[in-house]
Amino acid sequence: MYDNAWPYPLEYDREEIINADVLVLGGGVAGCMAAIAAARAGQKVLLVEKGATKRSGAGGSGCDHWESAATNPCSKVTPEELTQAMLHDNDGFNNGISHYIECREGYDRLLDIEKMGGKIRDTEDEFVGADFRDDETKLMFAYDYENKFTLRIWGTTFKPAMHKELRRLGVQILDRVMVTSLLTEKGAQGGRCVGATGIHTRTGKFYIFNAKSSIICMSRPARVWLFSAELPGLCEFRPTQCIGDGHAMGWRAGAEFTMMEKSVRAEFSASGRSYPPYGAGNNHNTWYAASIIDSRGKEIPYADRDGNILNDVKDRFRPAKGQKFFMKGGGIDFPKYEIEGPETLSFSKMMEEGYKLPFYADLTTLPEEERRVIWGMMVGQEGKTNVPIYRNYTKEGFDPAKHVLQCYGTGWTSASFLPQERQLFGLPGGFFNDWTLSTNIQGLYVAGDALYASDCYGHAAATGYYAGRHAAKYALSNDLLQWDRQQVDKEKVRVYAPLKNDPHSSIGWKELNMAIAKTMQNYCGEVKYDDLLKVGLVRLKEYEENIIPQTFAYNPHELVRLLEVFDILTVSQIIIEASLARKISVDALYFKRGDAIEDESSKDKLIVIKQHEGEIIKREVSVDFFGDLKENYEKYNQDYIRGDRS
Amino acid sequence: MKEMPAANPIIFDKSKCMGCNRCMEICQVDIFLPNPEKGKPPIVAYPGECWYCGCCVMECPVEGAIELQHPLMNRVHWIEKRLLIEQGNE
Ligand SMILES: Cc1cc2nc3c(=O)[nH]c(=O)nc-3n(C[C@H](O)[C@H](O)[C@H](O)COP(=O)(O)OP(=O)(O)OC[C@H]3O[C@@H](n4cnc5c(N)ncnc54)[C@H](O)[C@@H]3O)c2cc1C
Ligand code: SF4
Ligand code: SF4
Repeated sequence: MYDNAWPYPLEYDREEIINADVLVLGGGVAGCMAAIAAARAGQKVLLVEKGATKRSGAGGSGCDHWESAATNPCSKVTPEELTQAMLHDNDGFNNGISHYIECREGYDRLLDIEKMGGKIRDTEDEFVGADFRDDETKLMFAYDYENKFTLRIWGTTFKPAMHKELRRLGVQILDRVMVTSLLTEKGAQGGRCVGATGIHTRTGKFYIFNAKSSIICMSRPARVWLFSAELPGLCEFRPTQCIGDGHAMGWRAGAEFTMMEKSVRAEFSASGRSYPPYGAGNNHNTWYAASIIDSRGKEIPYADRDGNILNDVKDRFRPAKGQKFFMKGGGIDFPKYEIEGPETLSFSKMMEEGYKLPFYADLTTLPEEERRVIWGMMVGQEGKTNVPIYRNYTKEGFDPAKHVLQCYGTGWTSASFLPQERQLFGLPGGFFNDWTLSTNIQGLYVAGDALYASDCYGHAAATGYYAGRHAAKYALSNDLLQWDRQQVDKEKVRVYAPLKNDPHSSIGWKELNMAIAKTMQNYCGEVKYDDLLKVGLVRLKEYEENIIPQTFAYNPHELVRLLEVFDILTVSQIIIEASLARKISVDALYFKRGDAIEDESSKDKLIVIKQHEGEIIKREVSVDFFGDLKENYEKYNQDYIRGDRS
Repeated sequence: MKEMPAANPIIFDKSKCMGCNRCMEICQVDIFLPNPEKGKPPIVAYPGECWYCGCCVMECPVEGAIELQHPLMNRVHWIEKRLLIEQGNE
């Protein structure tokens, strides 16, 4: 531990009040784009970010592919086709509204980002003539080269470009402040949102934000089942400080959530069971379509969805016979036949056929431009790859024309997890939304990975901008309401309480996080039982009532880490409540029940839950509650379609 | 008394670093603290919390002043394909 004196001034209990029209909570991809949209609509915008906006969030260090840009000039699929495919792939358990927005407006946002200074096409003509490049527009595509709806992009340039645009537009950016709670009209749960509170991560100062409308852009929960006290920054896929604060404060304020019972067996956790994402041998995402060889150098063939072996590398980028298009990327884990793309043989099949472990990713035999686009563009632009993988491996002598990179575990994730080690991954649950991306709480909007069934950069950018537009519209027609002193005072007591305890007999943030993770693995693991879930809830309640009052933090930094764990505790409670509410197994939600409760009525239903004065209130809505996609989108967005500046 | 951390993600080259703190200001996890001595590299106060994103290195104006390295257990292996085939045939 750091043992010098704290280098920043300590300002615990000091208050600062900031007013705005639109308040953006979280400055990742969605938050930046939301703030830009609201500022362009003429609103006074305040953006509050826990880290440093220029590079914060899951996509801050980069991203290499932009999915579902169905309206780009080369695309051969429509937004409707793509969204329908995404819905079908999940038996309807997907966010039709947000993914339609992604498909319909994603390409507009790319053009926007290009204007801000981001690089979205091969302007240096490095890949002229390559199959994945359209030589007229210089746009570059990934995966399905015939249908051209997923773009390869230079994502390391994006966040700094957005940051510059925010400053140009005069958005007030407040970095290093953790948002801790939402403020509601008269302090009532479920009442209109009138702002939020925050705490400075270096000084401990208290903030009161007062706004006409607010947008939650704080991504999704993590560290619920997975924790490492030694390397907490590596125990999840997402950034250390992104653990679901937004969900916790939304729940406390009475917001509705859905699909929170969905979790998958963990895929990435580099502190233990997995090797660095995109930095080990694999053939997915960034590394598609690398060849995979066994340890004698024998190549493992790719096959199409019907099992036909693909001998030509070019066939890895084409749909199968009779297939219109195929999908790959973030939200696609186990694709249905309709959209299933080329893939190497399954692990069990490879073992059966006598391939010798371990396997390796082999770029040496790929066409030169395919090798160069994977190693140097994709690896290099993808999040967390530029420095620790591309630069470092190169420095250590890795040459993609000569070397092959070892695979670990049994799949593309370079990992093997236990069934109870779970993650909110691959379209997990989140805030429930309507066609304006509003929550059930008036004046509270939501965007990016905080939305239910959300994933990906383009989705975050598109929904961020969309929510920014609608929140601006709300701010234009509603007054600024006064916040409630009592609600603020209560929050101040909550956030500063741990400072008053004795460090020698108290519990720190890591100990509490570890206990929650173990509790969740034990009571809310792969297979759910009512009896176990209920006991799990009791355990969490005990932590809330008996353990939280015994916690301690040495300084504002640790206080923030501790407040995060309090939020992880709340998120765990949401997950157990949602699991209790779902009485039957649902494959699309990876939700498995061990106790047979015969009630099929919720089979095609989203279970929407919220909390009101300690009671859980649930309702069921049909998975396709959003109605006709095109028709409803156009109903709510005539001004955008007309090109109004709002 | 001191304890070795589970990993040392960040290595500074003291002879190159000018102590501008740009790496510190970009880190979204805020694992650094300013050095009490002006002109010296920041202090890696919370090494375990590092997300290994590399933004600190990307932000540094001085080539080689700061390096990021994966923990030993996450350092992966590669081999010349020619050698792999030779070994496989032995
Ligand atoms: C390594 C990696 C590579 C990826 N590559 C791709 C890719 O190539 N293509 C793709 O489509 N997708 C990719 N993704 C996913 C994509 O980056 C995310 O889906 C997207 O960034 C989500 O945007 P967001 O704004 O919702 O969340 P984020 O960008 O994560 O932003 C959330 C922000 O909220 C802030 N925050 C959290 N809590 C608080 C609080 N209490 N107070 C204030 N601020 C808070 C965080 O600091 C953060 O800046 C990748 C993700 C990772 C991790
Ligand atoms: S690699 Fe990322 S998380 Fe680690 S110190 Fe650098 S900026 Fe911070
Ligand atoms: S950015 Fe570079 S030069 Fe500046 S303090 Fe960090 S390591 Fe030193």
